[in-house]
Amino acid sequence: MTKKVLIVDDEQNIVTALEYLLGQSGYQVEVAQNGEEALAVVDSFAPDLVLLDVMMPRVNGYEVCRRLRERPEWRHVKIVMLSAKGREVEVSKGISLGADLYVVKPFSNTELVAQIDALLAGA
Amino acid sequence: MLQGWVVVATSFAYLGLLFAIAYYADRRADAGRSLIANPYIYSLSLAVYATAWTFYGSVGRAASDGVGFLPIYIGPTLMIALWWVVMRKILRISKDNRITSLADFIASRYGKSALLGGVVTVIAVIGIVPYISLQLKAVSNSFTIVLQYPAIVMPAKVGAVPMLQDTALWVALSLALFTILFGTRHLYSAERHEGMVAAIAFESLVKLLAFVAVGVFVTFGIYDGFGDVFARAAADPELRPLLTPLEGVAGGYASWVWLTILSMLAILFLPRQFQVTVIENVREEHLKKAIWLFPLYMLAINVFVLPIAFGGRLHFPGGVVDADTFVLSIPMAERQELLALLVFIGGLSAATGMVIVETIALSTMVCNDLLMPVLLRLKSLRLNDRADLTGLLLGIRRGAILLIVLLGYLYFRLAGDAYALVSIGLISFAAVAQFAPVVLGGIFWKGGTRRGALAALVAGFAIWFYTLLLPALARSGWLPIGLLEQGPFGIALLRPLQLFGLAGLDQITHAMLWSMIANLGAYVMVSLSGTQSAEEHRQASVFVDVFRRSPEGGGARFWRGTASATDLHHLLARFLGAAAADAAFRDHAKRKGLSWPTQPLTADADFVHHVETQLAGAIGASSARIMVASAVKEEALTLEEVRRIVDEASQVVMYSHQLEQKSRELEAASSELRAANERLKELDRLKDDFLSTVTHELRTPLTSIRSFGEILARDPKVDLAQRRRFLGIIAKETGRLTRLIDQVLDLAKIESGRTDWTETAVDLREVIGDSVAAMSQVLQEKKVRVEVHLPEQITPVRVDLDRIFQVLLNLLSNAVKFCNPQDRRIEVTLAERDGWLRVEVCDNGSGVRPADEKSIFDKFVQAGDTLTDKPQGSGLGLYICRHIVEHHGGRIWVQRAPAGGACFAFTLPIERGAPIHQP
Repeated sequence: MTKKVLIVDDEQNIVTALEYLLGQSGYQVEVAQNGEEALAVVDSFAPDLVLLDVMMPRVNGYEVCRRLRERPEWRHVKIVMLSAKGREVEVSKGISLGADLYVVKPFSNTELVAQIDALLAGA
Repeated sequence: MLQGWVVVATSFAYLGLLFAIAYYADRRADAGRSLIANPYIYSLSLAVYATAWTFYGSVGRAASDGVGFLPIYIGPTLMIALWWVVMRKILRISKDNRITSLADFIASRYGKSALLGGVVTVIAVIGIVPYISLQLKAVSNSFTIVLQYPAIVMPAKVGAVPMLQDTALWVALSLALFTILFGTRHLYSAERHEGMVAAIAFESLVKLLAFVAVGVFVTFGIYDGFGDVFARAAADPELRPLLTPLEGVAGGYASWVWLTILSMLAILFLPRQFQVTVIENVREEHLKKAIWLFPLYMLAINVFVLPIAFGGRLHFPGGVVDADTFVLSIPMAERQELLALLVFIGGLSAATGMVIVETIALSTMVCNDLLMPVLLRLKSLRLNDRADLTGLLLGIRRGAILLIVLLGYLYFRLAGDAYALVSIGLISFAAVAQFAPVVLGGIFWKGGTRRGALAALVAGFAIWFYTLLLPALARSGWLPIGLLEQGPFGIALLRPLQLFGLAGLDQITHAMLWSMIANLGAYVMVSLSGTQSAEEHRQASVFVDVFRRSPEGGGARFWRGTASATDLHHLLARFLGAAAADAAFRDHAKRKGLSWPTQPLTADADFVHHVETQLAGAIGASSARIMVASAVKEEALTLEEVRRIVDEASQVVMYSHQLEQKSRELEAASSELRAANERLKELDRLKDDFLSTVTHELRTPLTSIRSFGEILARDPKVDLAQRRRFLGIIAKETGRLTRLIDQVLDLAKIESGRTDWTETAVDLREVIGDSVAAMSQVLQEKKVRVEVHLPEQITPVRVDLDRIFQVLLNLLSNAVKFCNPQDRRIEVTLAERDGWLRVEVCDNGSGVRPADEKSIFDKFVQAGDTLTDKPQGSGLGLYICRHIVEHHGGRIWVQRAPAGGACFAFTLPIERGAPIHQP
């Protein structure tokens, strides 16, 4: 069965790159432009993994992560945070809010795909 | 065996025994093995409080008033409970200052005032005279009664006997002689009489023994124990009321209260009590035991008062026998000759003890505080030139003793019959109670002044004299009795026994009420309305703060004088004798770490003070002061000295001001530092955030570039259209990166001040047109409508063209970013006025929050919350704009556009250095 990945980022060019990349790797991909949208589609799309940007207007990535982990039915969803902010406090904040992985931008395509594969293979 | 000669011989033998005890104790004291240095002797000596009044009078009072005799003993018991607070302080003060008497104490407290000492002495002598007469009356009456044995005959009226056949006179003379032998054999340093104290303690034992013997005899010999006596008394209709407490006392509760207060004060201020408690005290700790031993003595001597009183009333019905004599007349009636003799000796003990201590105390006061200050001031007597004054001092004291005892006798002749023993004693109690406010106030309140103390004593004593002594003389027929009944000159309001119409109180309560109001009132009012002299002020704190000071006066002394140690030695030797003077010198030398006489002593302020204190021990504070002043050329401080002292004082004040100033400055500096630190922290935080922001802004385009780069490099499946699209994205993101890097570099230049400015004459209309044209691609893409309003004519201005262009581009791109996305519109306006050019770039967006209007021009600051709103730039654009505009002498700001959007405006002066006039 095809695993589903939700990409959440307000930076259109990055979304384009990720969408292409994951599509090529055989995942079913859905896109949300911001946190609000992400929370809106998560129920209908039911992703196995969420790729989550941190710096977004209105509802940021941390908040989306916290709200997803609050709900029992979304506990098992893998969350990979993607952020240009790579300071230690920011990484540990993401992990403590329940992210499975924190990837600092810019990332290596192969590494990112390999990590996503590994996360979804273990699930 | 109760013949006259036996009684007289026994009496003198007894007095001889006392003398022997005293002599022995003095010898022991001289040898340094004090007999009296223990709390038991001390406590027994305090029992000098129990006089013939207690011995004979209590029974008399009980026989008519029941328990009415008790307040006189309850008072001291209550007072003693407070001794640790009151008496310990008085003791410490007296020892530190070598106080010799109550008068000395009061005089010393109020600035060593000789006048005050004199007044206290006069009041004490006059006040105590009735008390001494009471002792004389008791001894002579008991003697007369004993001589009539076996008949029981009351003594004749006082006036009926010619003076020379009057027993009382001979008793008085014998007692005076005995006291003189006893207390004035030589001059005692610090007025301590160890022999006397030993004898008094012995007497206390004798009188207790005698009284208890009678008590036991009456209670258990005649009757069948306490129960029996009280049962018989209760059965007797006349005696029954006496068994009801408080019924018996005239005046009821008020009387009880006043009698209790009166005796509380008496135990402190009777001169003989002050003598034995304070002056003769060896060690302060003895107080601790005395605090319970003395009340125990009081209890013991009072246990049998009621049984004897009831026994007497039952034994001698009808009042033919004076109840004051029951103690003696009961054993006589029962033919107990030995017991009667013991009682007589006991009574004699009580009386002599009182007379001896009282007259010694009073004679010290008369000598030190009344006569010496006067004599020493009388230059004609040339006392200052006499080598040895000890003889004169002793002479004065002996004379004083004789005089006081004879005054007592005189009072006895004048008024002895008018009152019972107890009533006579109470008059004296009331007199010494007048010392209470000045002494107690003096040791607990620094505000009391010399004038206040004088006013208090004079007022209190005057009322005492008018309401107690005058009536006593009137009742005895020496003054017209009309004085009491109609008042002086018939003025009823001034009747001594109902002063100002106050009736219904017994005589003592009435007198105490008025005298205490006057006394306390005068003390407080006069003290508060006046000021203290320096000496008073010093003494006040010496007394009140006695526990806070080192014993030998720690306070600095301003004293300037010249004295030679030899002069001071002479002075001490004249009053104390050479041996004592030597001892005092050695003592002082030791404290200074010197060995006198091999090393000479300098007569500095400290030493002179030491000599004065030593001298005060012999002749009292005020006399000592006069003597020292005469030996020491106490120079008035010279002008130079005063200036030095004032200088020192003002230096101290100045230093403290400077210190205050310094600490204020330090405080200010430290708060400035704190603020600076806060600012640094804030800057650091901003810098940190800025770096984080810049990094984020750099990483975001880099992410796309890298990602698409990797896709294009590794994925051969990408078709041509996608390739083009991906390469387009890479190119665009690269441009974004470049702009950001340019801004950061600009900032770095601005920060370091190394910007190159190339100024040329510029037509701003062209610059605006160029900048809008440069944006045209973006404007078209985003469908922004731009309106540009340019004037027909414009003055060229010298500016750095590229920089102003940069400013315009920045403002335009901001406007594009923030204008209303539904209907993007931008308005650019140029105007010239009063030598200024003004450019406005307005959008139709949501505007800038008023709170941000100033800060958005600061470095790193971006409008909006960086966490929830995506930051739209590096936070550097407007900061750089501001810097450029200000460099040109202009100003940049933001205001609300009429349509609601943001309006960024900046001005440029046409001529640099033009007056700063902002349009």
